Amino acid sequence: MKFLNEYRSPELVKAYLEDIRTHLTRPWTIMEVCGGQTHSLVKNGLLEILPDEITMVHGPGCPVCVTPLHLIDQAVWLAEEEGVILCSFGDMLRVPGSGKSLLEAKAGGADVRVLYSPLEAVKLARQHPGREVVFFAVGFETTAPANALSVIQGRELGLDNYSILTSHVRVPPAMQAVLDDEETTIQGFLGAGHVCAIMGLEEYEPIVRNYQIPVVITGFEPADLLQGISMVVRQLEGGQHILENQYSRAVRYQGNPAARRLIQRVFEVNDREWRGIGTIPGSGYRLRPEYAAFDAEQKFHRPPGRASENPECIAGHVLKGIKKPHQCPQFGKGCTPSNPLGAPMVSSEGACAAYYHFAQTAAELDA
Amino acid sequence: MPDMREAKLKMQLQCPMPSLDTDIVTLGHGSGGLLTNRLLDKGVFQLFQNEALQRREDGAVLNLQGATAFTTDSFVVSPIFFPGGDIGELAVNGTINDLAMCGARPQYLSLSFILEEGLPIADFWKVLVSVKFAAEQAGVAVVTGDTKVVERGKGDQVFINTTGLGTLHPRARLGMPQVRAGDRLLVSGPLATHGMAIMSVREGLTFESAIESDTRPLNEVVWHCLETFGDGVRLLRDPTRGGLATVLNELARDGRLGLEISQDRIPVQESVAAACELLGLDPLYVANEGIFVAVVDERVAEPMVEMLRSRPGSSDAAIIGEVVNEHAGQVVLRSAIGGRRVVQMLAGEQLPRIC
Repeated sequence: MKFLNEYRSPELVKAYLEDIRTHLTRPWTIMEVCGGQTHSLVKNGLLEILPDEITMVHGPGCPVCVTPLHLIDQAVWLAEEEGVILCSFGDMLRVPGSGKSLLEAKAGGADVRVLYSPLEAVKLARQHPGREVVFFAVGFETTAPANALSVIQGRELGLDNYSILTSHVRVPPAMQAVLDDEETTIQGFLGAGHVCAIMGLEEYEPIVRNYQIPVVITGFEPADLLQGISMVVRQLEGGQHILENQYSRAVRYQGNPAARRLIQRVFEVNDREWRGIGTIPGSGYRLRPEYAAFDAEQKFHRPPGRASENPECIAGHVLKGIKKPHQCPQFGKGCTPSNPLGAPMVSSEGACAAYYHFAQTAAELDA
Repeated sequence: MPDMREAKLKMQLQCPMPSLDTDIVTLGHGSGGLLTNRLLDKGVFQLFQNEALQRREDGAVLNLQGATAFTTDSFVVSPIFFPGGDIGELAVNGTINDLAMCGARPQYLSLSFILEEGLPIADFWKVLVSVKFAAEQAGVAVVTGDTKVVERGKGDQVFINTTGLGTLHPRARLGMPQVRAGDRLLVSGPLATHGMAIMSVREGLTFESAIESDTRPLNEVVWHCLETFGDGVRLLRDPTRGGLATVLNELARDGRLGLEISQDRIPVQESVAAACELLGLDPLYVANEGIFVAVVDERVAEPMVEMLRSRPGSSDAAIIGEVVNEHAGQVVLRSAIGGRRVVQMLAGEQLPRIC
């Protein structure tokens, strides 16, 4: 595959590893912000081949994992309402709510559909004028433009049976929250490449300046990740803290202006609750008042219920990088992908799922 | 497989749809009465002509000798027509391939339909012709069958069950007890083709692709392997639902042996790999319908791959790994860049209703 295989080349991987070793004189702790990066690190066995001096800490960049419990409960409630078609990305279906998951609601007769694009949900709303179509709009800045576009399309088509249940989060405030935590040990960041392809680099300048920490916007293939790590290591060893872009084949400084305009038009920044972490100021998007008719939370009033987390799940610590997945007593025992206690064991970007699927070496399992 | 497509098209032209009383399947077609009989007389019995079936008894009387393999499978794929095949072909090939994996020559097949009221007769006919085509390709006779009709909304167009019988090759010594450390793991063709072909036409997904299902009968090529390599072939499996990863995990678990595979040796078509990448799916877990996994004696591995590569449908055959004494019960994959990881069994469903 063009533009992928080049960055999976064993020679290139070897060269970047060598580069890291050459510059390394002492231990460093680096956080990869995005769950996609975590999966690639683990899936390709990179954690195993990195020098011992480098500790990679897995960040909160898994949108499914940080979607608050009460919104999952609301999605389940909506799905079970008469006449509703609840559409979602596939990852969301198995995430446990207080009572049940969307998958369990589906098995019980709810009309839950897995889509790959919110525009498919708009199409469904046109095909079923007698029913309410709700799209569970989960994601970081990467999925926001398409979700915004679906709302604009819905309005242009005059649809009164389409709405979105918004759970949009933003990366920069989350990075600041990680750095503000007293327990943090993070000395450098691999920034989320795909998020920056939309948003650009500008909003990371204050983080670098105020916290005096290196940030390197990084891609997702093995060679990308190792090059990103080598750029952070060079900065740290040289006593520098600047904003750099490893993922220049996809990310421009100004991002994607057309996509940013779409977000701007439909959404406004608000405070958001992150599952396991708490409320982070300015860390989310909600629909602007002029699009209130498309806001599922305002359109459907759910009777108040109590959201309760499983007390044995330590997802909050994992998401902030304070604990590694395998340090959880329930990891692989009471909590597995087929019987998850928390969202990070479900999502394709969740750190627990990454560890469960890929990280266990045969020796570890034999022990 | 342009030759097979052409042959199927030819058969479709040779078997025009008879005129029946209605254009759609009604509850009456499953009542056992007049409509059922018309459907059988003008339809099914015209297509499948063999002695056992023509006698129209309550069951077929067969004459089998020696060790016999016996298997059954139900097919609920959605949509019923997909790139590279349809539910009719799948229902024949699926059961035939299960027999082949036992080392048997498929001989007899039962064919049972559950139809949903309202199904266009033209669609049913198309499926029937596909069954005929696949059965003839594999040299197997449909000797008994059944048709039921359920109310609209109680089924989904067509469900098929097939059961197959076939006698074993005299040299077949297949099974877990034969497998030992040092044996090689083979696949007969590229992975994930069927699952991604279905995926490309699913509701909610609109990507254009030329990916076609790999559904095909494997009995002939397997028979040839057994003929040539005898007990050098230790075990055969077809990695349908759950894909290669699931089959290998079952082998490792049941045999209490370790398996090692190399990522860069596992064949996957470029377009399939790209579609998997796009949708975040791992080809190791995606379903196949026209390939088999073989565990073979180290000494026959190379000649068997060479033989497979010279035959249509298995030109991408490859040795992908081996059986080892270490890490019993585990499948370990060596990544293209030299890292190692455990390949787990599929948790939950990756794609529902693919076969």
